[in-house]
Amino acid sequence: MAVISETIKDMKGYKLHIVKTEKFKTNTIVWKMKTPLTSENVTKRALLPYVLQSSSKAYPSTSKLRSYLDELYGANLYVDVSKKGEYQVLSFSLEIANEKFLSDPEPLLKKGMELIAEILVNPLAENEAFDRETVEKEKRTLKQRIQAVYDDKMRYSNFRLVQEMCKGEPYALHVNGEIDDIPALNEQNLYEYYKQAFTEDELDLFIIGDVNEDEVQSIAEGLLQFEERTPKSLEAVKADNVEEKTVKDKEDIKQGKLNIGYRTNILYGDQDYYALQVFNGIFGGFSHSKLFLNVREKNSLAYYVASRLESHKGLMMVMSGIEFNNFDLAVKIIREQMEAMKAGDFTEQEIEQTKAVIENQMLETLDTARGMVEVLYHNVVSEQKVSLDDWLNGMSKTTKEEIVEVAKKVQLDTIYFLTGLGADK
Amino acid sequence: MEKIIFEQLQEEMFYEKLDNGLDVYLLPKKGFNKTYATFTTKYGSIDNHFLPPDKDDSVKVPDGIAHFLEHKLFEKEDGDVFQQFSKQGASANAFTSFTRTAYLFSSTSNVEKNLETLIDFVQEPYFTEKTVEKEKGIIGQEITMYDDNPDWRLYFGLIQNMYKSHPVSIDIAGTIESISHITKDMLYECYETFYHPSNMLLFVVGPVKPEEIMALIKENQNKKEYKNKPEIHRKFEDEQIAVAQKKQVLKMNVQTSKCLVGIKAGNTNQSGKEMLRNELSINVMLDILFGKSSENYTELYGEGLIDDTFSYDYSQEQGFGFAMVGGDTNEPDILAEKLESMLMKAKAGEGFTAESLERTKKKKIGSFLRAVNSPEYIANQFTRYAFNEMDLFDVVPVLESLKLDDITKAAESLIADERFTVCQVIPKDK
Repeated sequence: MAVISETIKDMKGYKLHIVKTEKFKTNTIVWKMKTPLTSENVTKRALLPYVLQSSSKAYPSTSKLRSYLDELYGANLYVDVSKKGEYQVLSFSLEIANEKFLSDPEPLLKKGMELIAEILVNPLAENEAFDRETVEKEKRTLKQRIQAVYDDKMRYSNFRLVQEMCKGEPYALHVNGEIDDIPALNEQNLYEYYKQAFTEDELDLFIIGDVNEDEVQSIAEGLLQFEERTPKSLEAVKADNVEEKTVKDKEDIKQGKLNIGYRTNILYGDQDYYALQVFNGIFGGFSHSKLFLNVREKNSLAYYVASRLESHKGLMMVMSGIEFNNFDLAVKIIREQMEAMKAGDFTEQEIEQTKAVIENQMLETLDTARGMVEVLYHNVVSEQKVSLDDWLNGMSKTTKEEIVEVAKKVQLDTIYFLTGLGADK
Repeated sequence: MEKIIFEQLQEEMFYEKLDNGLDVYLLPKKGFNKTYATFTTKYGSIDNHFLPPDKDDSVKVPDGIAHFLEHKLFEKEDGDVFQQFSKQGASANAFTSFTRTAYLFSSTSNVEKNLETLIDFVQEPYFTEKTVEKEKGIIGQEITMYDDNPDWRLYFGLIQNMYKSHPVSIDIAGTIESISHITKDMLYECYETFYHPSNMLLFVVGPVKPEEIMALIKENQNKKEYKNKPEIHRKFEDEQIAVAQKKQVLKMNVQTSKCLVGIKAGNTNQSGKEMLRNELSINVMLDILFGKSSENYTELYGEGLIDDTFSYDYSQEQGFGFAMVGGDTNEPDILAEKLESMLMKAKAGEGFTAESLERTKKKKIGSFLRAVNSPEYIANQFTRYAFNEMDLFDVVPVLESLKLDDITKAAESLIADERFTVCQVIPKDK
């Protein structure tokens, strides 16, 4: 039996993905829009979903729209802007109760789909412009959202690492854009961009729940139709000659944040992608990994230390919080763990243990509707058709030799340290 | 084994109290891959003054010791338990709150083995001076991590403003100074006092066969000797009704200010149905007042006083309780003033209509359905409810029964000028 069964249908201008499952008490609708990250559009694009979710023609104020959501048994509407490799992805999600668990039999899925469509295609706008007041309010909130990165030092140090490491690459852009771009945005140019995005973006609609496929398809057909398009796609650019560098910033903080970026040069869908997953798991992905054991358990240097992959850009990031004066020691220990990986200094048991935990993690992700959408969307971003069964199977077959080969490809790019004002050097 | 059916939700749950006093709950979830289990003791950061078993005098233990104990239970003579869980394909974790310490795992295979590992590691402590010393460095880094987190400082600053004598105002992890005093003997003393099965609850949710799992748990427990255990005597000083401090401003390295308004709850000497009704009434009240569909939210957002970090919440346990409202803002003083005046109007009964109540009840019922999609939510919340003699699955019927009168009364009794307090985080250069 397949771990998940996804039906994909070609619709006008977008793809409809349906996952029929009885395990949830709600149905989930997710609309995704994707296009390459550019410095020209990044901030506009970060603003757009927030303007769209605040009102529509039929619900011309936030309180009217939100009251209607409350009426639909607290349907949960949220938007999100994220980076997948060098694409900027907008997501509009609506999770709505399945009426079979309510004493009130009013059918809710159709209403939920109608509301998502209303927000997407029927915004509060006239004469080719959004409502001015809404745009101004959301510009103010976007500014605070961008600033918030500086206030969370764990996020900030990761952001600084990416900025230094990927200088000159689109990936260095912050997903929420730049504060300096905000003043120039207005109800006209944002509306113009809205039309452009709906003409050019790659569009996908996901419906997860105890639904009838034909019914969902016919509702979607009635609500959402766009011009056909060939979405812009990026050629993967691989970094060849990586020159290692160290960057330090000083801030008034109590704990040093150490972030290290590596180039893996392996992308989702590549032959050795599965081996990369296992490699990351042995090296730093879990609480049985080398980083956790050596940096935390053996040397008591940190509370958190972990590595994670950026699967569509070919990066691996290590993050940890340490005392300022433990910088040299922590970096030395992390380097030693990487050397051990390259030298094949890990056992069959570590490999098996890691595979079991990765499989567990993947299956657990599929226990949430949101997790399912994220997993399935990897195929959209990478233009692949990897089924979850192939994924799990491919991962489980990885050999030690393949993991060592992957380890040899991994190159340290940038060591970033956010240190305190009083720290040495 | 007792079977409890929830018709509307189409769920069933199994329960048994074992001979040693352990409460065991099993909730089979069809279609899910993972099984999630929590093993929780009713022992948290506030339990710092108590009478150990077989002793005549009560002891006061260092701040942060419940959390320290949680860390140390993972270490055994032959290595750490994380390793064993991951060999069995599971991921394990734990957390300490004001009133609970929970150990948990989730896994999609080897469920029986993982369950045994969970029960055994919690029931077989192994503390040595050496491993205790080693942990001080790790927890020290956990504490400094939180020191740099403005939202955490704001949250705890607000609680410190409210409580003068009650230990809820002590940071759950303690301080680097306080944990330096912890010894292995103190850990054993806390363990002996609070980790008896009769003070604990085991919850398993996932695609499991209840009979088999219950048999396994019983067999495991029957192998272990537990003395009949006297009641736990916790000591708390009397707490004043008014807040300890009206305002606190923390200067931190941030770009955007933050402001939270808190209300210290008056009557928290509640449990069971009374507590559930009170808690839900206050939650519905806050939703009517500050939800995204409310007039207050529209006004505050329209004036640029709040952004999407704005939130509100009510927490209550035996002996303490508080509501908090706020978020990031460019005008922390104006926001505090506005929120207090909105709350005072609510105390006088303004803003509550039958229509807003019905809408909010629907919203709450829907969010409960969404929440029970999550095995984590079910296990953790069920345990919290049970420790307060409430039943998680009463939430929907009680919500449905709420009347406008419940809401206005809740506002009237919760909100009071002397129980308001404000905490702000302000950029250093301002």
